[in-house]
Amino acid sequence: MDQIILQILNGLDKGSAYALIALGLTLIFGTLGVVNFAHGALFMLGAFCTVTLSRMLSLSHEVVDETRTDFLGNPLKVDVPYLYDIFGETTGAAIIDWAVPLSILFSIPIMILIGIAMERGLIKHFYKRPHADQILVTFGLAIVLQEIIKYYFGANQIPTPAPEAFVGSFDFGAAIGFDPNAIIYPYWRIVYFFFAMTLIAGVFAFLQFTTFGMVVRAGMADRETVQLLGINIDRRFTIMFGIAAAVAGLAGVMYTPIVSPNYHMGMDFLVISFVVVVVGGMGSLPGAVLAGFVLGILESFASMREIIELLPGINQVVIYLAAILILLTRPRGLLGRKGVMED
Amino acid sequence: MLGLDKKDFTLLLIVSALVLLAPLLLNPFPEGSAMAQFNAGYPDLMQRFVIFGIFAIGFNILFGLTGYLSFGHAAFLGAGSYAGMWMLKLLSMNVIPAIIFSTLIAGAISFLIGWISLRRSGIYFSILTLAFAQMAFVLAASVLTPITGGETGLQPALSDPRILPEFLGGGSVTADGNIPKPSLFGIEMTASSEVAVGNWLWTLNWGYYLSGFMMLVAFYIAIRIFRSPFGLMLKAVKSNQQRMSYTGLNTRPYMLACFVISGMYAGLAGGLMAAMDPQVGAERMQWTASGEVVLMTILGGVGTLIGPVLGAGLIKYFENIFSKINKATLEVWFGVFPDWMTDLMVTIVYPFIGKGWHLTLGLMFMAVVIFLPGGLVEGGQKIAKLFSRKKEPETPGGEAKPAE
Repeated sequence: MDQIILQILNGLDKGSAYALIALGLTLIFGTLGVVNFAHGALFMLGAFCTVTLSRMLSLSHEVVDETRTDFLGNPLKVDVPYLYDIFGETTGAAIIDWAVPLSILFSIPIMILIGIAMERGLIKHFYKRPHADQILVTFGLAIVLQEIIKYYFGANQIPTPAPEAFVGSFDFGAAIGFDPNAIIYPYWRIVYFFFAMTLIAGVFAFLQFTTFGMVVRAGMADRETVQLLGINIDRRFTIMFGIAAAVAGLAGVMYTPIVSPNYHMGMDFLVISFVVVVVGGMGSLPGAVLAGFVLGILESFASMREIIELLPGINQVVIYLAAILILLTRPRGLLGRKGVMED
Repeated sequence: MLGLDKKDFTLLLIVSALVLLAPLLLNPFPEGSAMAQFNAGYPDLMQRFVIFGIFAIGFNILFGLTGYLSFGHAAFLGAGSYAGMWMLKLLSMNVIPAIIFSTLIAGAISFLIGWISLRRSGIYFSILTLAFAQMAFVLAASVLTPITGGETGLQPALSDPRILPEFLGGGSVTADGNIPKPSLFGIEMTASSEVAVGNWLWTLNWGYYLSGFMMLVAFYIAIRIFRSPFGLMLKAVKSNQQRMSYTGLNTRPYMLACFVISGMYAGLAGGLMAAMDPQVGAERMQWTASGEVVLMTILGGVGTLIGPVLGAGLIKYFENIFSKINKATLEVWFGVFPDWMTDLMVTIVYPFIGKGWHLTLGLMFMAVVIFLPGGLVEGGQKIAKLFSRKKEPETPGGEAKPAE
């Protein structure tokens, strides 16, 4: 029993990342009808927003500390971040410590801008071209973005720790009446899960309860009619692209303490998130979220020791197997709409 | 000739001549000169040119003719490599069984994958092939370790049986106790003769000529497929599959045949790779390798005969030669300018070359997809048209460099 709960919990945080990326992908596909292979790169850019911010925050200058000496007996030089000068030592240190959550605020405008620039500058010209061309050009864009990041940040992983307060694990088992240490779960993953849920709920609420969202939904259902009513749907769809980029970016921002960012992390996630979108059903937002969590949990169940002993290697292929099965038996996906990309 | 019309036959002749003379043509700069680092005429790289040429030709038969974008072709390349390597380990170091067996195995695997994937089309097909290839890669790296050697990969060993008789390349060890090298009836694939003319040094390598010959055969078959009724049928599927179905035609067998042929090309390329450089690792199956062949085909010109070969050559040239340029070389090149300008130029150019060649590749690829959907071949044709229409000498000649 405790094993099952543990695996569900483990699946939740991976599933949250899958769900967030797949949600963004589906937003783009559902509104603009574009298959965006650069979406993984947006996830990666989000993660590097965090890296940039934490580097900016810890910009420092050298100060000679008279009270201490180095091993040669000279006065010791200490790097003091500018933030210490501005806010004092405790507040400054706290700000640096909280770099990851702070970069949520930092990354939203950047990611929206990147998304809008991408849509206006490149993807706009590909609406009328076949899906294969869209895949190819966004694939090229992903390579370019990835290489730019590699040039500036290098090819190594850059560790970005979570705030001190969230380091460590929560003894989940003890809290619900199992033996202590049976179910241990890192705090940050709990944060990630709730963050993802909030973000998903936010996107759905935005689409469901605002006028803007209503128009976008109408445009997704029937673009031409909405245009005939005199609404500039293209502009709204561009903004939706920006929002989708921001969702992918935020998923990346919050994922940095779990996996240290490196330039090809986007590609690693991209393959799986496409699988997620297809399993959920092309163009279905709830489907993308559901499939993200289902596949995440499926993956963590498949990595249980008992199951690996039974079927070696199943943990690494279970997602693809599920995708193949779904595509063959239920081509529309779990919650796919009728008539969307069914050829 | 050979069942080709005059134009195609000329093309085949030109390609044959290029393959035959490549060791000379790719070494245009004398040894020891400053430009010698741009010589691409060494066996290892030339083998890669033609082998990836085969791979790209095969991919083009699928994508160029039918428009089905497969993101999983590396699986067939890898399967071919493993199959070829097992032949080298079990039967003999003769490359012929390796090549045949790798093609067959890749064909069988592509039949299985194609049979399932071709139930869907468009983006679903791409994702299905991608999923299968990723599965193959993960399995090859982990569970299938007894067959694939896992992360260490597979290479010949002294303890391999190699049951065929000696004159067919069998035998576990050579007379001096080493692992025998892959050979063709006694001619080792690494054997090459060097011809020195003045300061030029040309290396004529057996392995290269064998691969080159296989590429010509593959190229010839591709031309025949493109010109056959079967090829026309595939093109019809590309332009409107629904209409084909309405006319009462079942397109599935045609598509499957095309997919299997394409997979066998990849297998052949994989087998040749194993034969030229006897070690195989799972990374050959990773989806980035599938992405690479997509890049090659699109860059060169999808749906054209010669395009994929050009694209493969271009990318491999970039990967091996362009990537070696470092800052010092650049400083020498721009050394003619004043100092501040040298620094500026080096700063501007440096991110795009050397280790950053992927960036140039990505930009080139995007430019081709956006402006030249027919790839470099279309670019060449456009320029040729420009020149043939205008007879005036003032046509800017500097425009001849396509894309970037």
